Amino acid sequence: MTCALALRKLTKTYNHSLHALKGIDLEVQAGDFFALLGPNGAGKSTAIGIIASLINKSAGQVLIFGHDLDHELNAAKRCIGLVPQEFNFNNFEPVLEIVVNSGGYHGIPYKEACRRAEKYLKQLDLWERRKDIARNLSGGMKRRLMIARALVHEPQLLILDEPTAGVDIEIRRSMWDFLRTINREGRTIILTTHYLEEAENLCRNIAIIDHGEIIENTHMKGLLSKLSMETFVLDLARPLHEELSLPGHTLRRIDDMTLEVDIAKQTGLNQLFIDLTQKGVQVLSLRNKTNRLEQLFMNMVEESRAA
Amino acid sequence: MKHLHANAIALKTIVVKETLRFARIWIQTVLPPMITMSLYFIIFGGLIGSRIGEMEGIRYMDFIVPGLIMMAVITNAYSNVVSSFFSAKFQHHIEEMLVSPIPNSLIIIGFIGGGLLRGLTVGVAVTLVSLLFSPLAVHNLAVTLSVVLLTAILFSLAGLINGVFARTFDDIAIVPTFVLTPLTYLGGVFYSISLLPEFWQHVSLINPILYMVNAFRYGLLGVSDMNLWISYAIIIGFIIALYLFALYLMNKGYGIRK
Repeated sequence: MTCALALRKLTKTYNHSLHALKGIDLEVQAGDFFALLGPNGAGKSTAIGIIASLINKSAGQVLIFGHDLDHELNAAKRCIGLVPQEFNFNNFEPVLEIVVNSGGYHGIPYKEACRRAEKYLKQLDLWERRKDIARNLSGGMKRRLMIARALVHEPQLLILDEPTAGVDIEIRRSMWDFLRTINREGRTIILTTHYLEEAENLCRNIAIIDHGEIIENTHMKGLLSKLSMETFVLDLARPLHEELSLPGHTLRRIDDMTLEVDIAKQTGLNQLFIDLTQKGVQVLSLRNKTNRLEQLFMNMVEESRAA
Repeated sequence: MKHLHANAIALKTIVVKETLRFARIWIQTVLPPMITMSLYFIIFGGLIGSRIGEMEGIRYMDFIVPGLIMMAVITNAYSNVVSSFFSAKFQHHIEEMLVSPIPNSLIIIGFIGGGLLRGLTVGVAVTLVSLLFSPLAVHNLAVTLSVVLLTAILFSLAGLINGVFARTFDDIAIVPTFVLTPLTYLGGVFYSISLLPEFWQHVSLINPILYMVNAFRYGLLGVSDMNLWISYAIIIGFIIALYLFALYLMNKGYGIRK
Protein backbone atom coordinates (compact mmCIF):
# COMPACT_ATOMS: atom_id res chain seq x y z
CA MET A 1 0.00 0.00 0.00
CA THR A 2 1.25 3.53 -0.79
CA CYS A 3 2.39 5.60 2.13
CA ALA A 4 0.66 9.00 2.10
CA LEU A 5 2.86 10.39 4.83
CA ALA A 6 6.04 9.14 6.44
CA LEU A 7 7.82 10.98 9.23
CA ARG A 8 11.27 9.68 10.09
CA LYS A 9 13.02 10.86 13.26
CA LEU A 10 11.29 14.20 12.90
CA THR A 11 12.71 16.70 15.36
CA LYS A 12 11.92 20.30 16.11
CA THR A 13 13.69 22.36 18.72
CA TYR A 14 12.72 25.99 19.24
CA ASN A 15 15.44 28.42 20.37
CA HIS A 16 17.88 25.55 21.10
CA SER A 17 15.91 24.63 24.21
CA LEU A 18 12.23 23.81 23.67
CA HIS A 19 11.98 20.30 22.23
CA ALA A 20 8.61 20.35 20.47
CA LEU A 21 9.22 17.09 18.57
CA LYS A 22 11.71 14.49 19.79
CA GLY A 23 12.46 12.38 16.73
CA ILE A 24 8.99 11.03 15.96
CA ASP A 25 8.32 8.25 13.46
CA LEU A 26 4.91 7.99 11.90
CA GLU A 27 3.34 6.47 8.79
CA VAL A 28 -0.10 7.15 7.36
CA GLN A 29 -1.28 4.90 4.56
CA ALA A 30 -3.00 6.26 1.45
CA GLY A 31 -6.77 6.35 1.83
CA ASP A 32 -6.65 6.32 5.62
CA PHE A 33 -8.66 8.55 7.93
CA PHE A 34 -6.07 9.14 10.61
CA ALA A 35 -6.36 10.89 13.97
CA LEU A 36 -3.41 12.68 15.51
CA LEU A 37 -4.33 13.42 19.08
CA GLY A 38 -2.55 14.97 22.01
CA PRO A 39 -2.98 17.55 24.74
CA ASN A 40 -2.30 21.23 24.10
CA GLY A 41 1.37 21.82 23.44
CA ALA A 42 2.03 18.15 22.68
CA GLY A 43 3.53 18.88 19.26
CA LYS A 44 0.58 18.20 16.91
CA SER A 45 0.48 21.61 15.28
CA THR A 46 4.28 21.71 15.04
CA ALA A 47 4.24 18.38 13.19
CA ILE A 48 1.50 19.63 10.86
CA GLY A 49 3.34 22.92 10.34
CA ILE A 50 6.46 21.04 9.29
CA ILE A 51 4.52 18.74 6.94
CA ALA A 52 2.88 21.81 5.34
CA SER A 53 6.30 23.52 5.18
CA LEU A 54 5.19 26.40 7.38
CA ILE A 55 7.71 25.44 10.06
CA ASN A 56 11.33 24.54 9.44
CA LYS A 57 12.28 21.19 10.97
CA SER A 58 15.43 20.78 13.03
CA ALA A 59 16.16 17.24 11.83
CA GLY A 60 14.54 14.18 10.31
CA GLN A 61 12.74 13.41 7.08
CA VAL A 62 9.23 14.03 5.77
CA LEU A 63 7.93 12.06 2.79
CA ILE A 64 4.57 12.91 1.24
CA PHE A 65 3.46 10.28 -1.27
CA GLY A 66 7.16 9.49 -1.63
CA HIS A 67 8.23 13.09 -2.23
CA ASP A 68 10.94 14.18 0.18
CA LEU A 69 10.23 17.65 1.57
CA ASP A 70 13.95 18.46 1.38
CA HIS A 71 14.41 17.52 -2.26
CA GLU A 72 10.97 17.69 -3.93
CA LEU A 73 9.28 20.42 -1.95
CA ASN A 74 6.92 21.62 -4.66
CA ALA A 75 5.89 18.08 -5.67
CA ALA A 76 5.16 17.38 -1.99
CA LYS A 77 3.18 20.63 -1.64
CA ARG A 78 0.98 19.70 -4.61
CA CYS A 79 -0.18 16.62 -2.67
CA ILE A 80 -1.29 18.52 0.44
CA GLY A 81 -4.35 20.52 1.35
CA LEU A 82 -4.12 22.21 4.74
CA VAL A 83 -6.93 23.40 6.99
CA PRO A 84 -5.07 25.13 9.81
CA GLN A 85 -6.27 25.76 13.33
CA GLU A 86 -6.30 29.56 12.97
CA PHE A 87 -8.23 31.40 10.27
CA ASN A 88 -5.60 32.35 7.72
CA PHE A 89 -7.40 33.98 4.84
CA ASN A 90 -7.70 37.63 3.95
CA ASN A 91 -10.72 38.78 5.95
CA PHE A 92 -11.42 41.55 3.44
CA GLU A 93 -11.71 39.36 0.37
CA PRO A 94 -14.91 37.77 -0.93
CA VAL A 95 -15.40 34.05 -0.26
CA LEU A 96 -15.27 32.98 -3.91
CA GLU A 97 -12.10 34.98 -4.55
CA ILE A 98 -10.31 33.33 -1.63
CA VAL A 99 -11.01 29.85 -2.97
CA VAL A 100 -10.30 30.71 -6.63
CA ASN A 101 -7.03 32.48 -5.71
CA SER A 102 -5.89 29.41 -3.80
CA GLY A 103 -6.46 27.42 -7.01
CA GLY A 104 -4.42 30.02 -8.86
CA TYR A 105 -1.51 29.64 -6.43
CA HIS A 106 -1.55 25.93 -7.27
CA GLY A 107 -1.43 26.69 -10.98
CA ILE A 108 -5.05 25.85 -11.76
CA PRO A 109 -6.44 27.89 -14.68
CA TYR A 110 -9.02 30.49 -13.65
CA LYS A 111 -12.06 28.81 -15.26
CA GLU A 112 -11.24 25.43 -13.76
CA ALA A 113 -10.58 27.02 -10.36
CA CYS A 114 -14.00 28.73 -10.57
CA ARG A 115 -15.68 25.42 -11.46
CA ARG A 116 -14.05 23.63 -8.54
CA ALA A 117 -14.76 26.52 -6.17
CA GLU A 118 -18.44 26.31 -7.09
CA LYS A 119 -18.43 22.54 -6.53
CA TYR A 120 -16.87 22.68 -3.06
CA LEU A 121 -18.66 25.83 -1.91
CA LYS A 122 -21.96 24.18 -2.84
CA GLN A 123 -21.01 20.95 -1.06
CA LEU A 124 -20.12 22.95 2.04
CA ASP A 125 -23.25 25.15 1.89
CA LEU A 126 -21.34 28.35 1.22
CA TRP A 127 -22.30 29.05 -2.39
CA GLU A 128 -25.02 31.50 -1.39
CA ARG A 129 -22.41 33.48 0.55
CA ARG A 130 -19.78 33.46 -2.20
CA LYS A 131 -19.87 37.24 -2.71
CA ASP A 132 -19.69 38.05 1.00
CA ILE A 133 -16.54 39.44 2.54
CA ALA A 134 -14.96 36.66 4.61
CA ARG A 135 -15.01 38.58 7.88
CA ASN A 136 -18.82 38.68 7.71
CA LEU A 137 -19.06 34.88 7.91
CA SER A 138 -19.81 33.01 11.13
CA GLY A 139 -17.10 30.88 12.77
CA GLY A 140 -18.53 27.67 11.31
CA MET A 141 -18.70 29.18 7.84
CA LYS A 142 -15.09 30.34 8.09
CA ARG A 143 -14.03 26.79 8.99
CA ARG A 144 -15.92 25.43 5.97
CA LEU A 145 -14.38 28.12 3.78
CA MET A 146 -10.93 26.89 4.78
CA ILE A 147 -11.93 23.32 3.87
CA ALA A 148 -13.19 24.46 0.44
CA ARG A 149 -9.97 26.40 -0.09
CA ALA A 150 -7.84 23.40 0.89
CA LEU A 151 -9.68 21.19 -1.59
CA VAL A 152 -9.68 23.42 -4.65
CA HIS A 153 -6.45 21.92 -5.98
CA GLU A 154 -7.83 18.43 -5.18
CA PRO A 155 -4.96 17.25 -2.99
CA GLN A 156 -4.38 13.57 -2.25
CA LEU A 157 -3.75 14.33 1.41
CA LEU A 158 -6.00 16.62 3.43
CA ILE A 159 -4.71 17.76 6.82
CA LEU A 160 -7.27 19.22 9.20
CA ASP A 161 -6.02 20.86 12.37
CA GLU A 162 -9.03 21.08 14.68
CA PRO A 163 -11.49 21.78 11.86
CA THR A 164 -14.61 21.78 14.02
CA ALA A 165 -13.35 23.92 16.90
CA GLY A 166 -16.13 26.27 17.95
CA VAL A 167 -18.60 24.83 15.45
CA ASP A 168 -22.13 23.94 16.57
CA ILE A 169 -23.13 20.28 16.66
CA GLU A 170 -25.37 20.42 13.58
CA ILE A 171 -22.68 21.87 11.36
CA ARG A 172 -20.09 19.59 12.93
CA ARG A 173 -22.16 16.54 11.95
CA SER A 174 -22.59 17.82 8.40
CA MET A 175 -18.83 18.41 8.22
CA TRP A 176 -18.28 14.83 9.40
CA ASP A 177 -20.52 13.57 6.59
CA PHE A 178 -18.62 15.65 4.07
CA LEU A 179 -15.24 14.42 5.32
CA ARG A 180 -16.41 10.79 5.28
CA THR A 181 -17.55 11.26 1.67
CA ILE A 182 -14.28 12.69 0.42
CA ASN A 183 -12.37 10.00 2.33
CA ARG A 184 -14.50 7.31 0.65
CA GLU A 185 -13.59 8.90 -2.68
CA GLY A 186 -9.97 8.03 -1.91
CA ARG A 187 -8.55 11.12 -0.25
CA THR A 188 -6.28 10.51 2.73
CA ILE A 189 -7.25 12.59 5.75
CA ILE A 190 -5.23 13.42 8.84
CA LEU A 191 -7.27 15.00 11.60
CA THR A 192 -6.34 16.61 14.88
CA THR A 193 -9.17 17.42 17.22
CA HIS A 194 -10.01 18.01 20.85
CA TYR A 195 -13.41 16.37 20.32
CA LEU A 196 -12.42 12.76 20.89
CA GLU A 197 -15.90 11.67 19.89
CA GLU A 198 -15.03 13.11 16.48
CA ALA A 199 -11.87 11.02 16.18
CA GLU A 200 -13.69 7.90 17.38
CA ASN A 201 -16.46 8.41 14.85
CA LEU A 202 -14.35 9.28 11.85
CA CYS A 203 -10.90 7.74 12.09
CA ARG A 204 -9.65 4.24 11.45
CA ASN A 205 -6.15 4.72 12.82
CA ILE A 206 -4.81 6.90 15.56
CA ALA A 207 -1.57 8.22 16.98
CA ILE A 208 -1.31 9.96 20.33
CA ILE A 209 1.46 12.47 20.81
CA ASP A 210 2.57 13.92 24.12
CA HIS A 211 5.61 16.02 24.99
CA GLY A 212 6.88 15.65 21.44
CA GLU A 213 6.79 11.85 21.41
CA ILE A 214 4.38 9.35 19.90
CA ILE A 215 3.04 7.37 22.84
CA GLU A 216 0.53 5.27 20.88
CA ASN A 217 0.06 4.46 17.20
CA THR A 218 -2.53 1.84 16.43
CA HIS A 219 -5.97 0.96 14.98
CA MET A 220 -8.87 2.80 16.55
CA LYS A 221 -10.74 -0.47 17.23
CA GLY A 222 -7.66 -2.04 18.80
CA LEU A 223 -7.18 0.98 21.01
CA LEU A 224 -10.78 1.04 22.19
CA SER A 225 -10.66 -2.66 23.00
CA LYS A 226 -8.01 -1.84 25.62
CA LEU A 227 -10.64 -0.13 27.71
CA SER A 228 -11.66 -2.62 30.42
CA MET A 229 -14.22 -0.56 32.36
CA GLU A 230 -16.92 1.83 31.23
CA THR A 231 -19.01 4.20 33.32
CA PHE A 232 -22.70 4.66 32.49
CA VAL A 233 -25.14 7.27 33.76
CA LEU A 234 -28.68 5.99 34.39
CA ASP A 235 -31.66 8.38 34.48
CA LEU A 236 -34.35 6.92 36.75
CA ALA A 237 -38.13 6.94 36.32
CA ARG A 238 -38.81 7.38 40.07
CA PRO A 239 -36.75 9.07 42.80
CA LEU A 240 -34.30 6.93 44.73
CA HIS A 241 -33.81 8.24 48.24
CA GLU A 242 -31.18 5.79 49.54
CA GLU A 243 -27.86 4.39 48.43
CA LEU A 244 -28.33 1.22 46.42
CA SER A 245 -25.96 -1.73 46.36
CA LEU A 246 -25.99 -4.56 43.88
CA PRO A 247 -23.56 -7.48 44.15
CA GLY A 248 -21.13 -7.51 41.21
CA HIS A 249 -21.72 -3.82 40.31
CA THR A 250 -20.20 -0.58 41.57
CA LEU A 251 -23.04 1.92 41.94
CA ARG A 252 -23.06 5.56 43.00
CA ARG A 253 -26.16 7.63 43.63
CA ILE A 254 -25.54 11.07 42.15
CA ASP A 255 -28.95 12.48 43.09
CA ASP A 256 -32.48 11.17 43.60
CA MET A 257 -32.99 10.64 39.86
CA THR A 258 -29.50 9.65 38.73
CA LEU A 259 -27.21 6.67 39.24
CA GLU A 260 -23.71 5.99 37.98
CA VAL A 261 -22.46 2.47 37.40
CA ASP A 262 -19.03 1.06 36.49
CA ILE A 263 -19.26 -2.06 34.32
CA ALA A 264 -16.47 -4.38 33.25
CA LYS A 265 -16.48 -4.62 29.46
CA GLN A 266 -16.95 -8.40 29.38
CA THR A 267 -19.92 -8.30 31.80
CA GLY A 268 -22.51 -6.71 29.52
CA LEU A 269 -25.57 -4.73 30.59
CA ASN A 270 -28.27 -7.46 30.76
CA GLN A 271 -27.46 -8.62 34.29
CA LEU A 272 -27.41 -5.03 35.54
CA PHE A 273 -30.95 -4.41 34.26
CA ILE A 274 -32.19 -7.72 35.71
CA ASP A 275 -30.73 -6.80 39.13
CA LEU A 276 -32.11 -3.24 38.98
CA THR A 277 -35.58 -4.51 38.02
CA GLN A 278 -35.55 -6.94 40.95
CA LYS A 279 -34.82 -3.97 43.26
CA GLY A 280 -37.74 -2.09 41.75
CA VAL A 281 -35.54 0.50 40.04
CA GLN A 282 -36.86 1.56 36.66
CA VAL A 283 -34.37 3.11 34.22
CA LEU A 284 -35.60 5.69 31.73
CA SER A 285 -32.40 6.20 29.78
CA LEU A 286 -28.70 5.36 29.79
CA ARG A 287 -25.59 7.07 28.42
CA ASN A 288 -21.82 6.83 28.58
CA LYS A 289 -20.43 9.12 31.26
CA THR A 290 -17.38 9.90 29.18
CA ASN A 291 -16.48 9.22 25.64
CA ARG A 292 -14.60 5.91 25.50
CA LEU A 293 -11.66 7.36 23.62
CA GLU A 294 -11.52 10.26 26.03
CA GLN A 295 -11.11 7.85 28.92
CA LEU A 296 -8.32 5.97 27.16
CA PHE A 297 -6.65 9.18 26.07
CA MET A 298 -6.56 10.46 29.62
CA ASN A 299 -5.21 7.12 30.90
CA MET A 300 -2.45 7.06 28.31
CA VAL A 301 -1.35 10.63 28.78
CA GLU A 302 -1.29 10.15 32.56
CA GLU A 303 0.68 6.90 32.26
CA SER A 304 3.11 8.53 29.84
CA ARG A 305 3.69 11.42 32.22
CA ALA A 306 4.08 9.12 35.20
CA ALA A 307 6.69 7.11 33.29
CA MET B 1 6.49 22.87 -19.34
CA LYS B 2 3.47 21.95 -17.23
CA HIS B 3 5.05 23.49 -14.15
CA LEU B 4 6.07 26.56 -16.14
CA HIS B 5 2.42 27.08 -17.08
CA ALA B 6 1.34 26.50 -13.46
CA ASN B 7 3.90 29.04 -12.26
CA ALA B 8 2.68 31.59 -14.81
CA ILE B 9 -0.88 31.16 -13.49
CA ALA B 10 0.34 31.50 -9.89
CA LEU B 11 2.27 34.68 -10.72
CA LYS B 12 -0.72 36.15 -12.53
CA THR B 13 -2.91 35.32 -9.52
CA ILE B 14 -0.63 37.20 -7.13
CA VAL B 15 -0.30 40.24 -9.42
CA VAL B 16 -4.07 40.44 -10.03
CA LYS B 17 -4.78 40.00 -6.31
CA GLU B 18 -2.28 42.73 -5.41
CA THR B 19 -3.67 45.05 -8.07
CA LEU B 20 -7.27 44.52 -6.96
CA ARG B 21 -6.16 45.18 -3.39
CA PHE B 22 -5.06 48.76 -4.05
CA ALA B 23 -7.65 49.38 -6.78
CA ARG B 24 -10.53 48.55 -4.41
CA ILE B 25 -9.33 51.18 -1.97
CA TRP B 26 -8.35 53.81 -4.55
CA ILE B 27 -9.61 56.55 -2.27
CA GLN B 28 -6.85 55.59 0.16
CA THR B 29 -4.20 54.66 -2.40
CA VAL B 30 -4.50 56.76 -5.55
CA LEU B 31 -6.40 59.89 -4.57
CA PRO B 32 -4.24 61.14 -1.63
CA PRO B 33 -0.98 61.42 -3.63
CA MET B 34 -2.88 63.35 -6.33
CA ILE B 35 -4.10 65.84 -3.73
CA THR B 36 -0.71 66.07 -1.99
CA MET B 37 1.11 66.65 -5.27
CA SER B 38 -1.45 69.29 -6.31
CA LEU B 39 -0.57 71.15 -3.11
CA TYR B 40 3.15 70.84 -3.89
CA PHE B 41 2.52 72.24 -7.38
CA ILE B 42 0.46 75.11 -6.05
CA ILE B 43 2.70 76.04 -3.11
CA PHE B 44 6.21 75.22 -4.28
CA GLY B 45 5.69 75.57 -8.01
CA GLY B 46 3.12 78.35 -8.20
CA LEU B 47 3.50 80.55 -5.13
CA ILE B 48 7.18 80.11 -4.17
CA GLY B 49 8.39 79.00 -7.60
CA SER B 50 7.26 82.24 -9.26
CA ARG B 51 9.72 84.10 -6.97
CA ILE B 52 12.55 81.64 -7.66
CA GLY B 53 12.37 82.00 -11.41
CA GLU B 54 14.51 79.41 -13.14
CA MET B 55 16.57 76.40 -12.06
CA GLU B 56 19.24 75.04 -14.45
CA GLY B 57 17.71 77.29 -17.09
CA ILE B 58 14.25 75.77 -16.67
CA ARG B 59 11.12 77.35 -15.17
CA TYR B 60 10.97 76.23 -11.52
CA MET B 61 7.49 74.71 -11.87
CA ASP B 62 8.71 72.60 -14.81
CA PHE B 63 11.88 71.68 -12.90
CA ILE B 64 10.06 70.14 -9.92
CA VAL B 65 7.52 68.13 -11.97
CA PRO B 66 9.82 65.11 -12.63
CA GLY B 67 10.93 65.01 -8.98
CA LEU B 68 7.39 65.12 -7.67
CA ILE B 69 6.23 62.39 -10.05
CA MET B 70 9.20 60.28 -8.98
CA MET B 71 8.50 60.99 -5.30
CA ALA B 72 4.93 59.72 -5.74
CA VAL B 73 6.12 56.60 -7.59
CA ILE B 74 8.74 55.82 -4.92
CA THR B 75 6.51 56.24 -1.89
CA ASN B 76 3.56 54.38 -3.42
CA ALA B 77 5.54 51.44 -4.80
CA TYR B 78 7.20 51.09 -1.39
CA SER B 79 4.11 51.50 0.76
CA ASN B 80 2.02 49.18 -1.40
CA VAL B 81 4.36 46.23 -0.93
CA VAL B 82 5.29 46.86 2.69
CA SER B 83 1.67 47.19 3.80
CA SER B 84 0.42 44.30 1.67
CA PHE B 85 3.19 41.91 2.71
CA PHE B 86 3.00 42.83 6.38
CA SER B 87 -0.79 42.54 6.33
CA ALA B 88 -0.47 39.08 4.73
CA LYS B 89 1.94 38.14 7.50
CA PHE B 90 -0.17 39.70 10.24
CA GLN B 91 -3.38 37.97 9.10
CA HIS B 92 -1.41 34.81 8.27
CA HIS B 93 -2.78 34.65 4.74
CA ILE B 94 0.79 34.65 3.45
CA GLU B 95 0.49 30.97 4.41
CA GLU B 96 -1.84 30.46 1.43
CA MET B 97 1.18 31.09 -0.77
CA LEU B 98 3.71 29.34 1.44
CA VAL B 99 1.82 26.02 1.39
CA SER B 100 1.34 26.17 -2.37
CA PRO B 101 4.01 25.12 -4.87
CA ILE B 102 4.95 28.66 -5.90
CA PRO B 103 8.71 29.26 -5.95
CA ASN B 104 9.75 32.04 -3.57
CA SER B 105 11.17 33.99 -6.50
CA LEU B 106 7.66 34.22 -7.98
CA ILE B 107 6.13 35.34 -4.69
CA ILE B 108 8.67 38.18 -4.67
CA ILE B 109 8.00 39.05 -8.32
CA GLY B 110 4.23 38.93 -7.71
CA PHE B 111 4.45 41.44 -4.88
CA ILE B 112 6.80 43.61 -6.96
CA GLY B 113 4.18 43.48 -9.73
CA GLY B 114 1.60 44.94 -7.34
CA GLY B 115 3.98 47.67 -6.15
CA LEU B 116 5.03 48.46 -9.70
CA LEU B 117 1.45 48.82 -10.89
CA ARG B 118 0.48 51.04 -7.99
CA GLY B 119 3.61 53.15 -8.46
CA LEU B 120 2.84 53.57 -12.16
CA THR B 121 -0.86 54.22 -11.59
CA VAL B 122 -0.08 56.97 -9.11
CA GLY B 123 2.73 58.22 -11.37
CA VAL B 124 0.30 58.59 -14.27
CA ALA B 125 -2.31 60.22 -12.00
CA VAL B 126 0.23 62.75 -10.69
CA THR B 127 1.44 63.41 -14.25
CA LEU B 128 -2.14 64.20 -15.24
CA VAL B 129 -2.40 66.60 -12.28
CA SER B 130 0.89 68.22 -13.30
CA LEU B 131 -0.60 69.04 -16.72
CA LEU B 132 -2.74 71.63 -14.95
CA PHE B 133 0.46 73.47 -13.98
CA SER B 134 3.10 72.56 -16.53
CA PRO B 135 3.12 71.32 -20.14
CA LEU B 136 4.29 67.70 -20.48
CA ALA B 137 7.69 67.57 -22.09
CA VAL B 138 9.34 64.27 -22.91
CA HIS B 139 12.96 64.62 -23.92
CA ASN B 140 13.65 60.86 -24.12
CA LEU B 141 10.72 58.45 -23.78
CA ALA B 142 12.87 55.33 -23.38
CA VAL B 143 14.86 56.85 -20.50
CA THR B 144 11.69 58.21 -18.88
CA LEU B 145 9.87 54.87 -18.96
CA SER B 146 12.86 52.70 -18.06
CA VAL B 147 13.85 54.86 -15.09
CA VAL B 148 10.34 55.01 -13.67
CA LEU B 149 9.91 51.24 -14.11
CA LEU B 150 13.25 50.37 -12.55
CA THR B 151 12.73 52.79 -9.67
CA ALA B 152 9.28 51.36 -8.91
CA ILE B 153 10.78 47.85 -8.94
CA LEU B 154 13.61 48.92 -6.64
CA PHE B 155 11.33 50.46 -4.05
CA SER B 156 8.85 47.60 -4.25
CA LEU B 157 11.72 45.29 -3.33
CA ALA B 158 12.77 47.58 -0.50
CA GLY B 159 9.16 47.60 0.75
CA LEU B 160 9.04 43.82 0.65
CA ILE B 161 12.21 43.52 2.72
CA ASN B 162 10.78 45.99 5.23
CA GLY B 163 7.61 43.85 5.31
CA VAL B 164 9.63 40.71 5.99
CA PHE B 165 11.42 42.30 8.96
CA ALA B 166 8.40 44.19 10.34
CA ARG B 167 6.85 42.78 13.49
CA THR B 168 4.41 45.59 14.29
CA PHE B 169 2.54 48.24 12.32
CA ASP B 170 5.03 50.79 13.68
CA ASP B 171 7.81 48.94 11.90
CA ILE B 172 6.24 49.55 8.51
CA ALA B 173 6.05 53.30 9.14
CA ILE B 174 9.59 53.80 10.47
CA VAL B 175 11.49 53.44 7.20
CA PRO B 176 9.16 55.62 5.08
CA THR B 177 9.10 58.32 7.75
CA PHE B 178 12.70 58.41 8.88
CA VAL B 179 14.58 57.18 5.82
CA LEU B 180 12.57 57.38 2.61
CA THR B 181 11.00 60.82 3.01
CA PRO B 182 14.24 62.63 4.04
CA LEU B 183 16.21 60.93 1.26
CA THR B 184 13.55 61.89 -1.27
CA TYR B 185 13.43 65.51 -0.15
CA LEU B 186 17.23 65.64 -0.22
CA GLY B 187 17.33 63.79 -3.54
CA GLY B 188 17.12 66.84 -5.74
CA VAL B 189 13.34 66.95 -6.09
CA PHE B 190 13.15 70.67 -5.35
CA TYR B 191 16.65 71.86 -6.21
CA SER B 192 19.73 71.18 -8.24
CA ILE B 193 22.62 69.95 -6.11
CA SER B 194 24.83 72.50 -7.87
CA LEU B 195 23.20 75.02 -5.50
CA LEU B 196 24.71 73.26 -2.48
CA PRO B 197 28.12 73.98 -0.98
CA GLU B 198 30.77 71.58 -2.30
CA PHE B 199 30.84 69.48 0.87
CA TRP B 200 27.08 68.87 0.77
CA GLN B 201 27.26 68.13 -2.94
CA HIS B 202 29.63 65.24 -2.12
CA VAL B 203 27.39 64.07 0.73
CA SER B 204 24.40 64.12 -1.63
CA LEU B 205 26.15 61.68 -3.94
CA ILE B 206 25.62 58.84 -1.46
CA ASN B 207 21.84 59.32 -1.72
CA PRO B 208 20.61 56.81 -4.35
CA ILE B 209 17.34 58.70 -4.86
CA LEU B 210 19.33 61.62 -6.26
CA TYR B 211 20.36 59.45 -9.22
CA MET B 212 16.81 58.27 -9.88
CA VAL B 213 15.28 61.74 -9.74
CA ASN B 214 17.98 63.14 -12.00
CA ALA B 215 17.76 60.30 -14.50
CA PHE B 216 14.00 60.78 -14.68
CA ARG B 217 14.43 64.54 -15.01
CA TYR B 218 16.82 63.90 -17.88
CA GLY B 219 14.17 61.72 -19.55
CA LEU B 220 11.57 64.47 -19.32
CA LEU B 221 13.56 67.71 -19.53
CA GLY B 222 16.99 66.70 -20.85
CA VAL B 223 18.85 68.15 -17.83
CA SER B 224 20.53 66.23 -15.04
CA ASP B 225 23.08 66.75 -12.28
CA MET B 226 24.24 63.16 -12.59
CA ASN B 227 25.68 60.98 -15.33
CA LEU B 228 22.83 58.93 -16.81
CA TRP B 229 24.78 55.67 -17.08
CA ILE B 230 26.00 55.88 -13.50
CA SER B 231 22.37 56.38 -12.50
CA TYR B 232 21.33 53.25 -14.40
CA ALA B 233 24.20 51.26 -12.89
CA ILE B 234 23.23 52.33 -9.37
CA ILE B 235 19.53 51.58 -9.86
CA ILE B 236 20.17 48.17 -11.43
CA GLY B 237 22.84 47.34 -8.85
CA PHE B 238 20.42 48.09 -6.03
CA ILE B 239 17.69 46.02 -7.69
CA ILE B 240 19.97 42.98 -7.99
CA ALA B 241 21.26 43.31 -4.43
CA LEU B 242 17.78 43.80 -2.91
CA TYR B 243 16.26 40.97 -4.95
CA LEU B 244 18.99 38.54 -3.86
CA PHE B 245 18.56 39.63 -0.25
CA ALA B 246 14.76 39.27 -0.44
CA LEU B 247 15.15 35.80 -1.98
CA TYR B 248 17.59 34.80 0.76
CA LEU B 249 15.14 35.95 3.44
CA MET B 250 12.22 34.12 1.81
CA ASN B 251 14.23 30.92 1.41
CA LYS B 252 15.30 31.08 5.05
CA GLY B 253 11.70 31.78 5.99
CA TYR B 254 12.75 34.83 7.98
CA GLY B 255 9.72 36.33 9.69
CA ILE B 256 7.31 34.01 7.89
CA ARG B 257 8.31 30.48 8.94
CA LYS B 258 9.05 29.36 12.48
